Order: sequence, then C-alpha cells, then structure tokens
Amino acid sequence: MGSQGESSFDAIIVGGGLAGLAAAYTMAAEGLEVLLLERGDYCGAKNVTGGRIYINPVRELFPELWKKAPLERHIAHEEVCLMSRKSSITMRYDGAELKEEPYQSYSVLRGKFDKWLAKEAERKGAMIVTRSRVDDLIIEDGRVKGVIAGGEELRADVVIAADGVLSFTARKAGLLKDIASNNYAVGFKEIIELDPEVIEERFNLEGNEGAARLFMGDATAGKFGGGFIYTNKTSLSLGMVVGIGALAENPDLKAPEILDRFKERPEVARLINGGETAEYSAHLIPEGGFKAMGELFGDGILVVGDAAGFSMNIGVTVRGMEYALASGHYAARAVSEAKQKNDFTRSGLAVYAGLLNESFVMKDFINFKESLEVLDYPPLFTHYPELAGSIMKDLYRVPDGPKERIYPTMRKYLTMSEFWGLLKLGRRMMKI
Amino acid sequence: MSQSIGLKGKLGLNVFKEDRVFHIKIKTGCEKDARLKRAIFACPAGLYSENDNGDVVVSSDGCLECGCCLVACGSEVLEWHYPSGGSGVQFRFG
Repeated sequence: MGSQGESSFDAIIVGGGLAGLAAAYTMAAEGLEVLLLERGDYCGAKNVTGGRIYINPVRELFPELWKKAPLERHIAHEEVCLMSRKSSITMRYDGAELKEEPYQSYSVLRGKFDKWLAKEAERKGAMIVTRSRVDDLIIEDGRVKGVIAGGEELRADVVIAADGVLSFTARKAGLLKDIASNNYAVGFKEIIELDPEVIEERFNLEGNEGAARLFMGDATAGKFGGGFIYTNKTSLSLGMVVGIGALAENPDLKAPEILDRFKERPEVARLINGGETAEYSAHLIPEGGFKAMGELFGDGILVVGDAAGFSMNIGVTVRGMEYALASGHYAARAVSEAKQKNDFTRSGLAVYAGLLNESFVMKDFINFKESLEVLDYPPLFTHYPELAGSIMKDLYRVPDGPKERIYPTMRKYLTMSEFWGLLKLGRRMMKI
Repeated sequence: MSQSIGLKGKLGLNVFKEDRVFHIKIKTGCEKDARLKRAIFACPAGLYSENDNGDVVVSSDGCLECGCCLVACGSEVLEWHYPSGGSGVQFRFG
C-alpha cells in the first residue's frame, strides 16, 4: 500500500494500450500495487495500429512474452511502391535472410494483442478496470496525487499518463505543448477478410509468412503520407496515414474518398477482390518527434507511449508500438526506484528520463529529430512519383517506329533544374 | 465486394455503444468558423458537413474517436471529450 498510508495504490495507470499495459505488467511483476483504468469495454477496444510491430528493440525487455504473443504473420516480404497517376514502380526486399528466426517484425491486430497483454498483466497481479474513463487529475500543492474517474477519487503515489496521443491527463498536468496540426497524422484503415490460402497466393507467402506493402505518391492523392497493406492470418490491414495539415489545408478530396481511390487502383483492387470489410478504424499519430515532445515527467506523474509523443515516421519504417512498450517498462522501473527512495517528486521520478536516454527510445528520437521536416516535402508525393513513372514508361516502351536512344530519353527528363532539385532532395535526405 | 459498401456501410460494420450525450460539440457561435471546414476534409468518418445556411454540422453516428477534428480545428471551436467509459466505438480488430 501507499508509502504514507494515504495512497491506495503505488501507481494508477490511465489507459490500457501498449504503454500502459507494459507499465502495469512490469510493476505488478515487481510486486507493486497497480491500478489500470481503461475507458473501452476491454483493453484494445480503442486502439488501432496500421499493422506491424518490430520485436528486436523490446525482445529482452519482456523475455517471457513473445513466445506466447498473439501476433499475426512474420513479415518476410517488404515492398515499397511509388505510385504515379497511371502507373507504379515497386521495389521488393525479401529472400532467405527475412525468413530466418528470430523474425524482426510481425503484423498485429491490437484488438487481440492488447486484450491478451492485459490478461498477462493481470496474471502478474495488476488490477485492471475497464469501461472507466478518467475525467480529471487530483492535484494538491502542485503535485499529482491521483485521478477522478466516474466521480470517484482514486489516489496513488504516481499517475502514469498512458492515455494516448491526445493525453488529456498529461495536458491537465501542464506537461504537453499546444497541439500543432502539422505534428500529427491520421491513420485510417479497413480490415478486409480473405481466406488464408487466397492471401498466401496473392502475396506469394509460404505458410505463416506475411507481407508489408507501402505505397507513396498517388496512393494518398499526392498528399504527405502513404498507403499500406499488411497481411494478417485471415485478413488484410489496408489503409493509409496522411498528415492532418495535408488533408485540411489543401482541401480537394475528403479523407474517406482518398482511401476509396486507393482501393480502386488496379494494383490494389486485385489484391482485395472478393474480400469482406469487417471493420473501419482510425487513429491519430504523433509524428512531431523530439521537437514536439513536452515534458516526460512531473511531480507525481510520468508520461508514456503516444501520450509522450513516442511515435516516428522515417519513411519505410513507421513505428510507435516498440516505443510504447519500452517507455511503459522504463516508467515502471522509475516508479520502483522512486518507491525505494520514497520520493515521487519530479526529482525522484527523473530517473525515468535517464532510463529513456540510455535506451533506443531517446537515441532514436534524437537521431531522427529532423525526419518529419525532411519528409513533409510535397514534391516527394507528387512530382517525383510522376517523374519516375514517366521515365519508366519511356524506358520500357517499344514504339511502332524506331526506339530513341536511352541517354537522350533520360536527358529529356533530367533537365538542369531537375538535377538541382534532386541534389537539393539529396541534401534534405542527408539529415535523416 | 469490399469496394462497394460505401462509408456509411463501413461505419455500420463497427461495434458502437451509444453514449448519453455525443462527445463532440461545435461551440456556440462558431458554426461558420473557417477552421471547422478543415474537419470536413480531415474526418475519416466523414461526420462533418456544411448545411444550406453555411453552418458546419457534425453527425454523431459512427465517430471513430481519432481526434483528428480536434487537431485540425482546435479547441477554440470544438468541445471535445472522449465518450464515457464503455461507450463509443469498440474495435474488435484494431
């Protein structure tokens, strides 16, 4: 029970996503009294992923978990597709090395995964209450002392804000920066059910192998973002991530229309033909990275996962779940240390920042702090996919008369100004 | 065919549990605010539209609780909370 007898719990966790559940699991395993409050019917009910989780960075943090985890397919085929209006160019990466264990990434469905992780946390001794929305924080003398949920005051030594990208909890504690729409993207997707044999045949998969396909350019109607298809066991996750600024500031197509347009592309339509949509979901993604981050801890409070802004888009890898799991784990360790010293003030909890700084989490966010600004560059999604499409068309074309020499054909496209543009693009990319 | 069910049809596939009051409210007097128009294009559930008076209106059917509208328009024009515990969309796949 609480250190001075006034708190009912060592920690109250707001939100049962990966960060909150990782914190609950880790703290409960160390014998702390943990209460996790989840507003959905079950953990996972409000959570959405595009589709894949990378295991390597978090494998050792949760050694018991991965063998039993309800993951979908291990990703053995990676594709990135540059879409122009009427053609597309695809690069595929696969082969023996992606078929070797341990697999680095898996497709995943959060409805299943989070529900399972919640059970594992409960098995360790965490108390999880679902259908419970946290409405406010209890703040006394500038210190967070607990939460108010359903009119009830619940007290703890530490509150962990794991309530996702909008984090009203961390916001109430004054830890977050104002919302700037250019730091956020929205992901929206369909689950399309298909027979496993059909999925395996269409995506060239052997057994439980999976494929990840990313699409940029006309896939999002030229807007900052990208389309995706991930293969699950008996369904596809098909959707896209588009910057809020790109959607709202250049209004021509509505978000759902862009998704329909993507599904109607012949390259995509044949993959989903005959499939039945089973669910349509959407989720906000904090893409601002290091520069958009607020404070990660305060007096009596820690911020984890999406709430802390731990999500990152660096082009072909778009990640968030590993950071959520790891930050939850480190928050739990910070609470353990703070409890030993009986110091839950900002300085007692500062160990959390130290643990994050030493880990892949903060190292990644510092290394890739320019990523969003580099990638949020309109020609990447309009001009360059079209240019590449035109070049391919001429390269492959056999006309009814004589074919033009290759070099003059290329020169036609790679004009001086194009060359300077590419050089500029190259210099941008060097910042990532 | 998955292609032909339309947005309403897609939203109809989701599990929703109605709340007593809808959790998003356009602030009184802001109905014509230009910032609200951003949500018409950004909302993945297509809940925002402009009526004949030029007012932006929001439909309560099918909200996915992403918060996209809040980020796109800002809290000066929208009152935005999560639905109460156990209400709203309940993703089975996610």
